[in-house]
Amino acid sequence: MELKIFLTILFATIFINNYVLSQILGLCPFLGVSKKLDSALGMGLAVIFVMGMASFFTFFIYKYVLIPYGITYLRTLAFILIIAGLVQLVEMIIEKVSPSLYQALGIFLPLITTNCAILGVTVLNIDSGFITADYGLLKSVVQGIGGGIGFTLALLLMAGIRERLELADIPENLKGLPITFIVAGLLAIAFLGFSGMSF
Amino acid sequence: MKYWQLITDGIWHRNPTLVIGIGMCPTLAVTTSISNALWMTLAATFVLVCSNALVSAVKNIVPDHIRIPIFITIIASFVIIVELTLKAFQPEVDKALGIFIPLIVVNCIILGRAEEFAQKNDVISSVFDGIGMGMGIGFALGLLAFFREILGANKLMGYTFIPGMEPSLVMIMAPGAFFTLAFILWGMNVIKSKSKK
Repeated sequence: MELKIFLTILFATIFINNYVLSQILGLCPFLGVSKKLDSALGMGLAVIFVMGMASFFTFFIYKYVLIPYGITYLRTLAFILIIAGLVQLVEMIIEKVSPSLYQALGIFLPLITTNCAILGVTVLNIDSGFITADYGLLKSVVQGIGGGIGFTLALLLMAGIRERLELADIPENLKGLPITFIVAGLLAIAFLGFSGMSF
Repeated sequence: MKYWQLITDGIWHRNPTLVIGIGMCPTLAVTTSISNALWMTLAATFVLVCSNALVSAVKNIVPDHIRIPIFITIIASFVIIVELTLKAFQPEVDKALGIFIPLIVVNCIILGRAEEFAQKNDVISSVFDGIGMGMGIGFALGLLAFFREILGANKLMGYTFIPGMEPSLVMIMAPGAFFTLAFILWGMNVIKSKSKK
């Protein structure tokens, strides 16, 4: 029974409410790091990791620090500082533990702090009422990881298409951002097909 | 004259959204109607002007290697002010903009201006830079919202535009946002390449 709820959350965050293509969050890295497939994969993995961690820690801080002390209005400030600290910590740990992984992810980690999808997930976790729900912590972590996977999926689709676009014959004025947005719009229409799905 | 230059730069030559291409998330997500775009512009401009002024005022006492966390804290404080003010006085606006109000914190335009302009210039020019960039955001958001509201809801500022026209719902959803921005950027490129000749 419970498992079904988690699978629903996972499916919904990956396809139905894809953070990039239907909620329009995290566009800066989506446009910036989608030129090559391998760097897109690296960015995607880093985002999945940080989103899961951020969901966990922000839930904890919100429930056990902000609510008991009645300072929930500091949510935005607290969350962005948690995320910034977390990203810094993850960067240092990866650098020490696995230099090869650091080589692959290193340059993407600082960028993640200003990825609005991360802050978006943590705020949405609170707004969707997971704080008082049963298994709330697990639900927010699942939502975070699902969001990260959805982000990675969108990024990989985009990177694959953009690698092909390099060779395509595009009108001069459409080159660069305009054609990228048209591709993003077409992808978003495809993902719109999932809306209305329910379990 | 110098201040006038800062404002026109923000609106056209160095327009943060349309020319530099940053701060896309709120640009695309809230432009479903002109009133949403207007409120978003007001909120972002307030945060931008205040954070620019404060960053510029404290630039000499902030140690260089921890400046980013300090800037983020400054920006987040102003965002909280906006968030609470909107919740108290304009609850419908707060509901319509949703999570995009707290997300002003991670709007690259604001941190970008703090880093690129405010920490190198005096308070007054930083304020004018903030106003100029804010008007640039307003221009971009207004343009997007104008087309999306007409095509997606058949309305302009809340009034029916063409009676009897069936609007295309997709324009106020995510794909419409991407397409509208693509065509606006295309149009700007055409204008630029024409004026070069």
